[in-house]
Amino acid sequence: MAGAKEIRTQIKSIQNTRKITKAMEMVAASKMRKAQENMEATRPYLDKIRGVIANLSNAHPEYRHPFMVERPVKRVGLILVTTDRGLCGGLNVNLFRQAINAMKGWADKNIEIDVCAVGTKGVAFVKRGALNPVAEITGLGDRPKFVKVQGAVRIMLDAYDAGNLDEIWVARNEFVNSMAQKPDIERILPLMPVDLTELQHRWDYLYEPESKDVLDLLLKRYVAASVHQATIENVACEMAARRIAMKNASDNAGDLIRSLKLKYNKARQAAITQEIAEIVSGAAAVG
Amino acid sequence: MAMTIHVDIVSADKPVMSGQATFVVAPTTMGEVGITPGHTQLLASLKPGEVRITDEQGKTSHYFVSGGVIEVQPLQITILADSALREEDAAAVELATEEARLKALETKGAIPASAEVDYFRLQNELIEGAERLRWIREIRGTRPHISQ
Repeated sequence: MAGAKEIRTQIKSIQNTRKITKAMEMVAASKMRKAQENMEATRPYLDKIRGVIANLSNAHPEYRHPFMVERPVKRVGLILVTTDRGLCGGLNVNLFRQAINAMKGWADKNIEIDVCAVGTKGVAFVKRGALNPVAEITGLGDRPKFVKVQGAVRIMLDAYDAGNLDEIWVARNEFVNSMAQKPDIERILPLMPVDLTELQHRWDYLYEPESKDVLDLLLKRYVAASVHQATIENVACEMAARRIAMKNASDNAGDLIRSLKLKYNKARQAAITQEIAEIVSGAAAVG
Repeated sequence: MAMTIHVDIVSADKPVMSGQATFVVAPTTMGEVGITPGHTQLLASLKPGEVRITDEQGKTSHYFVSGGVIEVQPLQITILADSALREEDAAAVELATEEARLKALETKGAIPASAEVDYFRLQNELIEGAERLRWIREIRGTRPHISQ
């Protein structure tokens, strides 16, 4: 049986670990609340821009923007939204699994893949998998800035405009609730095809200044806003996942401490019993 | 009752305003447009400037938008602003910091930028900053703000 002293140091160290995980849990919980608020605040913009685009696809624009036209797929761009830090359970791993599945599907069809990684975990994943990185964003913090996201998105959009990319996908975590996050991979470009039914009332917008300019502005904003929303949502997911992971870690530490305490008391009692036995037998030998 | 049109102003980071209006003025890149209920569908880009909204009571509220897109449907206006300010926001911002920000931009512009694109962007920022400052001054000067 291990000595009582060793067990005691072990208990001490686990207690310290528990203190840390407990603190991290509480920090994550408060950050999650903030991230959720942030998510709620930015969502209306995306919802509205989606509404406008839905209207737009019901209209019959004289000008077909390249973002709305499907073309044969030879090369796709994947924007992989991950966290900067670890210790958040299986959040990133689950997302990577989803992404790998999608990539396998593309590889089977001889489609090449360009990856833009958001978050250090994603960057490491891209390096490990020897993928083709075109851009990376790290250090977004707890409140991802629109402008920072825009830079990387622009690289993808330019490639799409130039015809180097035929589709753009975003892999991200969806915030279901504070207990559940769902990895999700979604195509953002080209936009959903327009179903032209003949019976539909034909109308089109008045554009100012030019249909091309306005659509360009609107659609680029839309893509950037989608990715921005994904990064914000990912922060909320990260914090939620970390809170759960840290809660589990704290609980496990508690269990461990309890069983070690039992072991410690047993060892202590065994030592005392042994001492008594030694004294008694010593006294018996003398007497 | 006067005919109304539903107006939503959202900026990239928060919803700014949502309500009914009888008349809306917005600064598009081609000039100011005035919109009444029943307007034909319109999609236009915005430049930095003031949005004025007249509600059913005939009261006019003022907003600053830094650019973006306006979508008009006969009974619905959506203003997708890059960033937007309310009247009460104008009271809250420090004039001095705004001025300093503008100064910093101006000095940056004085140094010839290496890439043409950067210069272009800087110019846009400068215009936006100047418009913003002008708007804040105007709101403060002419109308006593209610909040505070």
